[in-house]
Amino acid sequence: MAERAAVVGIGQTRYKTRRNDVSIAGLLREAVDRALEDADVSFADIDAVIIGKAPDMFEGVIMPESYLADALGAMGKPMLRVHTAGSVGGSTAIVAASHVQSGTFKRVLTVTFEKQSESNAMWALSTPQPFSVHLNAGAGGYFAPIIREYIRRSGAPDDVGIKVAVKDRRHGARNPLAHLQLPDITEQEVRDSMMLWDPLRFLEACPSSDGACAMVIAAEDSITGSKPPAWIRGVAMRSEPTMYAGREEVNPQAGRDCAADVYAQAGITNPRRDLDCAEIYVPFSWYEPMWLENLGFAAEGEGWKLTLEGATSLDAGGDIPWNCSGGVLSSNPIGASGMIRFAEAARQVRGDAGAHQVDGARLAMGHAYGGGAQFFAMWIVGADKG
Amino acid sequence: MREIAVVAYSQSPCVADAGATNEVELIMPQLQAVYSQLGLASAQDVDFVCSGSCDYLQGAAFAFVAGVDALGAVPPIKESHVEMDAAWALYEAILKIRMGHADSALIYGFGKSSPGELPIVLSQRLDPYYLAPLWLDTVSLAALQARLLLDQDLVSERDMAAVVARSRRNAMDNPLAQLAGEFSIEELLAEEHFVAPLRRADCCPVSDGAAAMVIATVEQARAWGAPYARITGIDQRIENHNPCLRDLTDSVSTRQAAAAAGVHRGPVDVAEIYAPFSHQEILLTRALGLDDSTLVNPGGGVLAGNLMMASGLSRVGEVFRRIVDGKAGRGVAHATSGPCLQHNLVAVLEGA
Repeated sequence: MAERAAVVGIGQTRYKTRRNDVSIAGLLREAVDRALEDADVSFADIDAVIIGKAPDMFEGVIMPESYLADALGAMGKPMLRVHTAGSVGGSTAIVAASHVQSGTFKRVLTVTFEKQSESNAMWALSTPQPFSVHLNAGAGGYFAPIIREYIRRSGAPDDVGIKVAVKDRRHGARNPLAHLQLPDITEQEVRDSMMLWDPLRFLEACPSSDGACAMVIAAEDSITGSKPPAWIRGVAMRSEPTMYAGREEVNPQAGRDCAADVYAQAGITNPRRDLDCAEIYVPFSWYEPMWLENLGFAAEGEGWKLTLEGATSLDAGGDIPWNCSGGVLSSNPIGASGMIRFAEAARQVRGDAGAHQVDGARLAMGHAYGGGAQFFAMWIVGADKG
Repeated sequence: MREIAVVAYSQSPCVADAGATNEVELIMPQLQAVYSQLGLASAQDVDFVCSGSCDYLQGAAFAFVAGVDALGAVPPIKESHVEMDAAWALYEAILKIRMGHADSALIYGFGKSSPGELPIVLSQRLDPYYLAPLWLDTVSLAALQARLLLDQDLVSERDMAAVVARSRRNAMDNPLAQLAGEFSIEELLAEEHFVAPLRRADCCPVSDGAAAMVIATVEQARAWGAPYARITGIDQRIENHNPCLRDLTDSVSTRQAAAAAGVHRGPVDVAEIYAPFSHQEILLTRALGLDDSTLVNPGGGVLAGNLMMASGLSRVGEVFRRIVDGKAGRGVAHATSGPCLQHNLVAVLEGA
């Protein structure tokens, strides 16, 4: 019943630790202007603007869509601000797509961002709350025990995380927008880096980035631009509580359900075989094998074998490259990170991914997760309408 | 396009200070109320859930995550959140139903504003480079707007007092209201100015509470067998946030949203207008193109109690309630967001 929609424009900033040279609005405009140019449209052609970002405390600006309406050309138009924790970049893309897929609008602009240098995300996440467990460790400290449980269950060798860290940084070196440019990174270097949250070392964690990512999404009769559109073949979101008795935290049900939903929409029965590549939210190295299993690319307990075989590596000629752009491990403007995954999946099927292009990619997946691995957003994009 | 209806709605009382009651505890009774209106057991019985809230009210990043605890989201549910008034969560849910990915949706909004100084907190919503450093609070901004209206003879202080007197009187029949009573215009005008030209009574109170709603396709509404009101139009528009760069004596975005939502395509029996300050009700009534034939804010509106992040959704809910109670055939709900009515949503509801 949903109307067909496609990504027709993509724009990203260069990701880096600090963008002191631009305001928050200026940062967004870099991505937005590039997306509009890519789609060969102007603000006048945009029907609605949908923005997303992680918590407002990361910049100290409450509900920043108010302040940004002007810079994003939204005046006189509908505007929506999505916030679904770390998955927000993906959720925002899905909400933006719904503006078109519902038949309500012809062409929308969506943009997500984080200017992490304005604050300290780890501490913004650690404000004490009455009657709640006080988490003073940021995201890495939260996920490390879950990763240790994965290692215990699967019997994965201890260098799997290191291999992911090296692979994604080598991918990132192909992407001129990536924050970390580490073309010569070695496994030894990762192993020797400081242990932050056992088993996660410094080089197995994502950086803290400033950046923005924008897309123009259009209806079938409103396709513009000279590049091929990336047709949206499926969208899905799932949420579950942070904690409940018996919760499966290593392989969350919400992730499995979300994947099953989006695969069914896109006609995917075997993701490893049917997809050409995927951009999956891996902020900490070990989440690659964990998500390989959660998303059905490998059987439970077997995900790490794909990583070790090089199946997910572009450099090793793997059959299912993951995070060819360098992924979250190479760039992490939190609120934008999910949308970057969605946009990079679209770049692949448009044949527009530059040096990190997967040859002949026709079908790709974008994935984002957030909170205590409890919020999931996924989409499948294709070169064909389906 | 699929026809969508409001089928259930509930709002908590507006209280000045909910004390030790936390956000989940504010939300849960409202969820239970809408479930019981439809005979549902939990959020598992709807296809989609969307909420609206603001981290800064609670003083914590991801404050809405705790809200998920109120839902019974095991097994996992399809769920989303806007950092906006829940009226915009309603908007997102409508798109989801229109695209065929849901036949029903639960929407809720909540705010516990009492722990902070809300007008000052919201100053940090302004342009972070030029306005937020001034700590320009929401009451002062509204006072500037009222001054413009008074100086241009578009509104008088007597008009503003009349809005307050009517709100307080209407609220006497509204058990959820925070402020109610019989006051004469003279009595109100005899009060001192608070932030001139506004008197305290011209400003909405700060309230704690929550609201919830269920919407569904008309087919689903009939299957549930509950009374419903169709949402025949909904639109939302934003303007420049800088108060110096727009005409504060008008609400252009409300006019745009009203036109797109089709307010003028029929009689408007009732209008629920989100006007946190008395002069704004007058301004918005004009922008919506309403005349004396429309009953405005019959429960007292937000001058009688203002649940940040939920009051916009409640406006829609109040119109729904009057329609299903047979007191109105067609009504308009308005929600606002941002300084001096920057961002406005208008919905039109009609009887089954």
